[in-house]
Amino acid sequence: MYSKDGESYFIVDAHIALWDARPENQRNIHGKQFIDCFYDYHRNLSPESEVWSYEDYLYQGGERLKKDLFDDGYVDHAIFQPAHLGEFYVNGFGQTEEASQLAKADPARLTYNHHFDPRNGEQGLDQLRADVERLGFKGVKLYTAEWHGESRGWKLDDPWAYRYFEACRELGVTNIHVHKGPTIRPLDRDAFDVADIDHVASDFTDLNFIVEHVGLPRLEDFCWIATQEPNVHGGLAVAMPFIHTRPRYFAQIIGELLYWIGEDRIQFSSDYAIWTPKWLIEKFVDFQIPEDMTEYAPLTVAQKKKILGLNAAKMYGIDVPAELQLPDADETATGPRGADDTVERAQDPTALAGV
Amino acid sequence: MGLAPLRAAPDVESLTAAYDALATVIDPELDEPITDLGFVRSLEVVGDHVAAHLRLPTSFCAPNFAYLMASDAKDALSALPWTRDVVVELDDHHDSDLINAGLAADAGYRGTFRHEADQDLDELRETFQRKAHTAAMERCLTALLRAEPDRAVEDLGSVTLGDLPADDRTAALRRRRAAIGLPDDDGAAVLVDHEGRGYAVRDVPLALRRARSTRISIDGNAHFCRGLLRTRYPGSERDQVQRPEGAEAADAAYAADLPEAQGRPALTFIPLSQLKEHHS
Repeated sequence: MYSKDGESYFIVDAHIALWDARPENQRNIHGKQFIDCFYDYHRNLSPESEVWSYEDYLYQGGERLKKDLFDDGYVDHAIFQPAHLGEFYVNGFGQTEEASQLAKADPARLTYNHHFDPRNGEQGLDQLRADVERLGFKGVKLYTAEWHGESRGWKLDDPWAYRYFEACRELGVTNIHVHKGPTIRPLDRDAFDVADIDHVASDFTDLNFIVEHVGLPRLEDFCWIATQEPNVHGGLAVAMPFIHTRPRYFAQIIGELLYWIGEDRIQFSSDYAIWTPKWLIEKFVDFQIPEDMTEYAPLTVAQKKKILGLNAAKMYGIDVPAELQLPDADETATGPRGADDTVERAQDPTALAGV
Repeated sequence: MGLAPLRAAPDVESLTAAYDALATVIDPELDEPITDLGFVRSLEVVGDHVAAHLRLPTSFCAPNFAYLMASDAKDALSALPWTRDVVVELDDHHDSDLINAGLAADAGYRGTFRHEADQDLDELRETFQRKAHTAAMERCLTALLRAEPDRAVEDLGSVTLGDLPADDRTAALRRRRAAIGLPDDDGAAVLVDHEGRGYAVRDVPLALRRARSTRISIDGNAHFCRGLLRTRYPGSERDQVQRPEGAEAADAAYAADLPEAQGRPALTFIPLSQLKEHHS
């Protein structure tokens, strides 16, 4: 819970990780390259006072995680979204056992989501069923740029992926968090292409697809797809920290999201441990659209409350004190918000085909 | 791969020519010359031998774009009449070995990536030329709206190239139009898709909004990539040219002429900061 100026905000950090990137867990040079890339993200976008040492960054452990999220970070509930990265790390990057045990011991504050890889075929399907039985999750995090033997990427509309989504439907795994790219296959296409989300969201309307990083670096493609699919949501992982050094860019990201998908389908996350939630939450509550950006309406307190926690709480059935709840906005299910006469045009696949 | 030791003072004229050739290589995703982005790590000319090393903001930048830039760089240097032996290498990327071997052997895209390559990268290049055009178009039209606040958004569909002020922004739009084969005459409509088709009046606001999200994306990525490069390669800000589009207050820290790094080794490579100018 975060309170300021007489307002209280229920906080759900919808994308966190408990990773182990220490040298003894690195399988090869790519394990080092991967965590170095994260560390550069961290150093580049964090305020100076929030920058960790490289040593701290490699591994946090459960106690540090709980301190950063709950003691210091105002978070009421956090959701693990693990990346496996089995080709880069001996015991994987996301620590399944440690994270799921933490969640089991503290279900009021932690939810464990798992992962699957459709390239594991029938065996992977059996594994998914066994994992759901053992770990009891309602969501998965899918990283389409995961390497797997000769393959260095997959798409959500691959036939095998459909088999897995059918299994998700059966098993009650309804929240599909997707981290796009950079996939290597198909190499001829844009590695961050989000078109496959369009297909899968249309074919599995009973599943929620939360696109992490709101499709960045392809915000425009994400917005265009998400506005047409009511079951596509935007996760703010990696988008949030721009609030510090690039506030105008951040304002435009938020402004575009509110226009294209509305206030009920955007979820806050720190992407812990890439960044820590405390400063992100403080800055977001204080944040406002710059006055000269007249194309966007000012952010309301209600919108901030929904983004910071109420939207994810609703999706995951997390209990929110009655006095902190808010009703859904009276908005169109598809099409841009507040652009009444263009709604049907956005749904018409032939309109604006060239833009 | 070892470079020939430097035997004489660098020939500034040749280096400048080589640098200018590299300035024609565009990062397709960010729509900017690789020289402005600071992606050229080093450049060396010895007689008819040229060696260039490229660097990127992360090890995991998309390898298709990385390959495109590296192979375009090799082509641009090879096209100089006086070069005979051209080496281009991409440093510190997860696919460096694969890409550098492919470049050394002139294996081409399919020869380099084998089973991972289906056809070619023309479609990819075209996708991003279209996005670059969309963003340039939005910049011009939004500037027009800001300059003329009474103008209705729906009216933007009838704006022609001749209605735009003769400034850098319009010149940039004309270049992006030329790149995808759109007409350059003053009577040509500005708000068009990649095939030059305009929009019905009722579709104009949505077309502009959609173009805006493209522009925001490209500007945001271009600055984030610049920042990551500076974090990854300290001192690389000296090889970057400021990007005015999407600039923020924090960029001022990198705008001033920063002092040369202490203890720079004797030059075998050209100090790029001596040559930089904006190429947008």
